[in-house]
Amino acid sequence: MATALDDLFVKVRSENRAALIAYIPAGFPSIEGCKKVIKAFVDGGVDAIEIGFPYSDPVMDGPTIQAAADQSLSQGTGAGEVFDALKTASGLGVAAVVMTYWNPIEKYGVEKFAQAIVDNGGSGVITPDLTIEESGTWKAAVAKTGINPIYVVAPSTTEARLPMVTSQCGGFVYAASLMGVTGTRTSVSSGAPDLVARIRTTTGLPVSVGLGVSTREQAKGVAGYADGVIVGSAFIKAIQDAPDEESGLTAVRELASELAKGVREGR
Amino acid sequence: MTTVEDLAGHFGPYGGRFVPEALIGALEELDAARIKAQTDPTFIAELAELHRTYTGRPSIITDAKRFAEHAGGARIILKREDLNHTGSHKINNVLGQALLTKRMGKKRIIAETGAGQHGVAAATAAALMGLECDVYMGEEDTKRQSLNVARMKLLGAEVIPVTSGSKTLKDAINEAMRDWVTNVETTHYLLGTVAGPHPFPSMVRDFHKIIGEESREQVLALTGRLPDAVLACVGGGSNAIGIFHRFISDPSVRLIGLEAAGDGIETGRHAASISGGSPGVLHGNRTYVLQDENGQTIESHSISAGLDYPGVGPEHAYLHDIGRAEYRGITDAQAMHAFALLSKTEGIIPAIETAHALAGAIQVGNELGPDSIILINLSGRGDKDVQTAAHYFGIPL
Repeated sequence: MATALDDLFVKVRSENRAALIAYIPAGFPSIEGCKKVIKAFVDGGVDAIEIGFPYSDPVMDGPTIQAAADQSLSQGTGAGEVFDALKTASGLGVAAVVMTYWNPIEKYGVEKFAQAIVDNGGSGVITPDLTIEESGTWKAAVAKTGINPIYVVAPSTTEARLPMVTSQCGGFVYAASLMGVTGTRTSVSSGAPDLVARIRTTTGLPVSVGLGVSTREQAKGVAGYADGVIVGSAFIKAIQDAPDEESGLTAVRELASELAKGVREGR
Repeated sequence: MTTVEDLAGHFGPYGGRFVPEALIGALEELDAARIKAQTDPTFIAELAELHRTYTGRPSIITDAKRFAEHAGGARIILKREDLNHTGSHKINNVLGQALLTKRMGKKRIIAETGAGQHGVAAATAAALMGLECDVYMGEEDTKRQSLNVARMKLLGAEVIPVTSGSKTLKDAINEAMRDWVTNVETTHYLLGTVAGPHPFPSMVRDFHKIIGEESREQVLALTGRLPDAVLACVGGGSNAIGIFHRFISDPSVRLIGLEAAGDGIETGRHAASISGGSPGVLHGNRTYVLQDENGQTIESHSISAGLDYPGVGPEHAYLHDIGRAEYRGITDAQAMHAFALLSKTEGIIPAIETAHALAGAIQVGNELGPDSIILINLSGRGDKDVQTAAHYFGIPL
């Protein structure tokens, strides 16, 4: 059965544009505040939301998301809060996925985790540190529940390995635009279009680009060649830089609406 | 049975590779390089020559007769890795990996360090071989171990204080991994223990297994038989796997790892991942981890910075599960008692890490009695710990 995420990419393809995918860690800036951010995402025109499972040792993340994860963990965020946030997002009618390092899934119970995604209206899970070699139990849980398994590929992924990874993906393929960690950058890596082109030779799945996208201009550029544009650190920075919660939410809504214009201007 | 892992680095259910896809290429390159080097006579000769003329190998063994009187009269034999250049077993691994770095055509190494021992060893190897070296060290640790920070700087390395997370060793590893993801084309991550993603646990073990190979011959020559037990302290577990490995296929030899129990495992303030943790994934491999119900890493506690780590090498996790090795906890107080005892009975000031193994020897010696032979990996010397020990024992500085 198609997930909400699958349906979304059918829809954006028919509209000849890219999808805007926004990231927020559960429990950031607070457990209730996160739900308000999700609402602001939707009001601003975001198409899909990634709920981050904050983790103590996030090796793929730069300082912005690390700080957000620490803040969230210090307020006691756990699996329950992650699934609550997921439910909030899916309840607002957008496609929703969880992004998490592997250990929280293993600790929760692999199959139970996949089932909780379904039960809370989620479409899938992005697993940045789960290599396909270690994905046996996850594959089984995904097959049983029908959720989208989203793996990350990198510019360094070899020609030989690329189809091995993309053939296991569902929903979309997550293309990391550069060799590095999450964070805003003044320009999106020039290697990104090349990586997306390489991915397309191996799969018909939609391809979304993450790492380093923060402005309408950058979103427009990426939307020219990718099916989805993923933005995380820029939203978190907007919240961190705001003097109070209300102005943070306004900033999120405004940034989302700018980016939503960007993903419609790319083609 | 000397090698138990499969080609993907699995020790039973442990080990493997849980890393961002961006690192897979570098890990495969490293795996290919180390497998090739293992059978390359040039590499083998080069490393052996370095060990002979630079490390000071083979390290001697010492019959610790006066200390043995406090260990049930068992014969206590110390493998003196403390006499290696830079003062610990760590040099075995860094020289091997630095040679591999050059063979891979990389010019820069990065390393993590807790107490600073591995950082000093890595900086030493970098100086010797003309490599650029950046060492990540938790900000808390840079304050506690300022002498080692100075040593690394004198050796020409940069020390980068890590301010994220708990600002200790585990966060230094995270930061080194982030650097590696970003600079992988020019940089080798010279990981300091038998943890991390495959091939690190196997490779680092292979560079340290010389400890067990030498000492097995030395004990046989001295006593005419194999020891009854081989003891070593376990943080990440590199010195322990180094001395255990050659003995795995000797069923009569008990292998006993001593973990840091800190204030006592029951207090929750400890670093005993096997005795007090549960299986999980940390820093790229599946192993025993100190973690909460959400899979978040719990901060470890030990008087010994070198054992203060919330994970353990996957081969130890496996040796524990199959019953081939035993793991026990040693509290800070027990370790410091053994630290003082070895100093006063043998004139050897051990590293506080190593003192955990010595405390284990006091227990095991009393259990096995006077006819037994116990081999201990004296993994490091205690110069770096003088300040901590003086403070602990109330000696004014």
